[in-house]
Amino acid sequence: MRVSFTVNGRPQEADDVWEGESLLYVLRERLGLPGSKNACEQGECGSCTVRLDGVPVCSCLVAAGQAQDRRVDTVEGLAGEGGELSPIQQAFVDAGAVQCGFCTPGLLVAADELLEHNPSPSDGDIREALSGNLCRCTGYEKILDAVRLAAARTGQAV
Amino acid sequence: MGITRTPTSLTQSEATRGGIGESTLRPDGTLKVTGEFAYSSDLWHEDMLWGYTLRSTVAHATIASIDTGEALATPGVYAVLTYDDLPTEVKHYGLEIRDTPVLAHGKVRHHGEPVALVAADHPETARRAAAKIRVVYEPLPVITDEASATAPDAVLVHDGREDHHIGHVAHPNIVHRQPILRGDADRAAARADVVVSGEYVFGMQDQAFLGPESGLAVPAEDGGVDLYVATQWLHSDLRQIAPVLGLPERKVRMTLSGVGGAFGGREDLSMQIHGCLLALRTGKPVKIVYNRFESFFGHVHRHPARLWYEHGATRDGKLTHVRCRIVLDGGAYASASPAVVGNAASLSIGPYVVDDVDIEALALYTNNPPCGAMRGFGAVQACFAYEAQMDKVAARLGMDPVEFRQINAMEQGTVMPTGQLVDSPAPVAELLRRVKSRPLPPERQWETTEGADVRALPGGLSNTTHGEGVVRGVGYAVGIKNVGFSEGFDDYSTARVRMQVINGEPVATVHTAMAEVGQGGVTVHAQIARSELGVTQVTILPADTRVGSAGSTSASRQTYMTGGAVKNTCEAVREKVFDLGRRKFGTYHPAWATAELLLEGGRVVTDGGEALAEIADVLEDEVVDLELEFRHRPTQAFDLRTGQGNGHVQYSFAAHRAVVEVDTELGLVKVVELACAQDVGKALNPLSVVGQIQGGTTQGLGVAVMEEIVVDPKTALVRNPSFTDYLIPTILDTPTIPVDVLELADEHAPYGLRGVGEAPTLSSTPAVLAAIRQATGLELNRTPVRPEHLTGS
Repeated sequence: MRVSFTVNGRPQEADDVWEGESLLYVLRERLGLPGSKNACEQGECGSCTVRLDGVPVCSCLVAAGQAQDRRVDTVEGLAGEGGELSPIQQAFVDAGAVQCGFCTPGLLVAADELLEHNPSPSDGDIREALSGNLCRCTGYEKILDAVRLAAARTGQAV
Repeated sequence: MGITRTPTSLTQSEATRGGIGESTLRPDGTLKVTGEFAYSSDLWHEDMLWGYTLRSTVAHATIASIDTGEALATPGVYAVLTYDDLPTEVKHYGLEIRDTPVLAHGKVRHHGEPVALVAADHPETARRAAAKIRVVYEPLPVITDEASATAPDAVLVHDGREDHHIGHVAHPNIVHRQPILRGDADRAAARADVVVSGEYVFGMQDQAFLGPESGLAVPAEDGGVDLYVATQWLHSDLRQIAPVLGLPERKVRMTLSGVGGAFGGREDLSMQIHGCLLALRTGKPVKIVYNRFESFFGHVHRHPARLWYEHGATRDGKLTHVRCRIVLDGGAYASASPAVVGNAASLSIGPYVVDDVDIEALALYTNNPPCGAMRGFGAVQACFAYEAQMDKVAARLGMDPVEFRQINAMEQGTVMPTGQLVDSPAPVAELLRRVKSRPLPPERQWETTEGADVRALPGGLSNTTHGEGVVRGVGYAVGIKNVGFSEGFDDYSTARVRMQVINGEPVATVHTAMAEVGQGGVTVHAQIARSELGVTQVTILPADTRVGSAGSTSASRQTYMTGGAVKNTCEAVREKVFDLGRRKFGTYHPAWATAELLLEGGRVVTDGGEALAEIADVLEDEVVDLELEFRHRPTQAFDLRTGQGNGHVQYSFAAHRAVVEVDTELGLVKVVELACAQDVGKALNPLSVVGQIQGGTTQGLGVAVMEEIVVDPKTALVRNPSFTDYLIPTILDTPTIPVDVLELADEHAPYGLRGVGEAPTLSSTPAVLAAIRQATGLELNRTPVRPEHLTGS
């Protein structure tokens, strides 16, 4: 089948999609957007988190066909047109929140969404918002630091 | 179009300047936050096929027949391979003992063993074709524990063993046994005022790295193959892969792809040989990516263990002796079991002074999942048990558990049970002092002005308590881990460093085969090059087999070993630059001959700070390019009867204090804080060091309260191969982890550094267990602790 949807603001189309393919598979293998990761493919780890019409979802659990005519935002869409990092991306780099980095894209999408509706989250809020994203390297402390840092920098800029 | 998303060089220039000791940022950080970093599962080739592995559904059986006909006839399928299709006489591989079949031959020895391979044009086509392969199994008795393994009439997991351990084990189902005898434990026991014994059980932990096993094998025109893969040690893989393919090593060109974590789980081969076999058979590039279910079968796990300990002490708190027996379940294939045994035995009494010991450690062959390397490697299981014992002895003596540990703490100059002198700092008592002196988190930390924040309580968002039935406990532990490869292994690493002038600027290029698995080795290499060569622009080339071996990214060794190799080669390159400078400019300034020279800020300077020349003017068109090996001090094998020998290179120490709150009615645990103090010798990158300590601490927390691969004791089938049923800590499960870093230099090591990665994984688990014991008064002799262990129901 053919699936058409908007990815990071650009219309995209994938042909010959098998009905069982996930949105994650189509992004990674058919549209050349492997930033969203495939750590568990069972909706437990959050590494494939994208936003579907603005709402964070595990793209491994979304059938590609469900994305038809909808808006998908992935980690590849976070940076600016000129490649400048978004505040949450820069904060992850600066705070040492990236080790192997496999969980990072999903965490960035989830954290970006958190800061969008809650610009100054408490630690409890951050933990709750990111509780669907597993990280095996960092012990999460630097991830908390990164979200706090992004919130502080964004707050100062306002 | 060829391959896309292959690894690229990482270049840092003006924006990142820091040398060693500074928290410079990762050179791959930007790629990793934009989604551009190429992991092994992201590789793509225009006409590539997808490989899939059919695995055994039973743990121990003979294979009566395999029928691949229907699978081969499936449209879209290009190849189906079984044992009979292997191209050479070499059909097994293994890290130390070559006992693992590339594909099962006549028999399967564990659940999930590879039986057949399929290549097809879509991953789902490959999966469905594999499901059409008919394998007829005839069940064999299942060996699952020491009793069934060592019974006189036990079925042998491996017939006709010829490895070098078979001569010193009591039964062919024992992989390796290492006793350690020192002093006279019987006589020392007679001096003891208290004797405490216990039996402990350590569950099977999974590395649970997030990036699944994956890679791309591309057949080459010369009959060889190019393999892009996530691994921990390219050259060890190469040594195992090439003979099976019937190719010389130079025709198997390996490049490290992005690695999504490792923690020991990538030390053994997974898809490497399989991908190459399918690529060479079909003549097409083949990509294999495991899903999480398969990943649980696709790599070895941490050895589960049973441990028996007896400690004696005098009334004034001095340990008299330790007797212990550690039985590790190695599962169906040897993997790293012999080395894990050596670690478990030699580190079995912990960081304490005990002159009289009687120690035995062994690993079994069983039909359980194969076990091998995982962060902490044999030292983790022992630490869980000896630290429980230390608390028990302290309680019997009526002493404070920290004070009791400090009385017995080893220090520089202590002799290990192996007879090895500890000849660098061992600040065990100080680490304990530091975690203990830290203020405790406030009582009832969950209370807010708007009531209880359930996120800070046991049960969390399940909203199971608002503080009712919740009790607090505090526990301590400390551990000792060896750094680097031990027991006489020729442990070396290679670094190639090139220095040249590009656009008027001196530029350093560093090429190693070190597997960057997330630990930040690439960051440190750039820091070392900047420090040693006085340049700002450093390029780190992708790791591949065109340069000599870097050894494994394991055993906390890479900063010491490949960092040491980069330092070593940089120093040699620097001398070449000085030689060039002397030849060009020596006659103009006597300091070239007389002063100590340095490279700083792009110049040759004297140790007095006088600038002699620009590096660019010294080099001009010359390229200095050296590839050198670096070795740590040699070690010795442990004597097979007494365990004596200078087996280790360096030791590393960490201590933890755990604060937990337990809902005693439901058996739920909230770890409130997990403070760590660790000596790292020298923190080359403090930000990365703290990140390693916090990450290691969290893996220790996981195996304390949630992580366990459950294997059915009757069938040896794995019951929870998924992240739904195998739980690793989330950000809600993980507490604040304050870290206190000591830097007491080891004069034998590059920059005085001490390997960091593993030590925090040791003491984290027993500290949490000690805290839960203190909160509940329960004995808790197994880890992980489950709710039923706390409620008694």
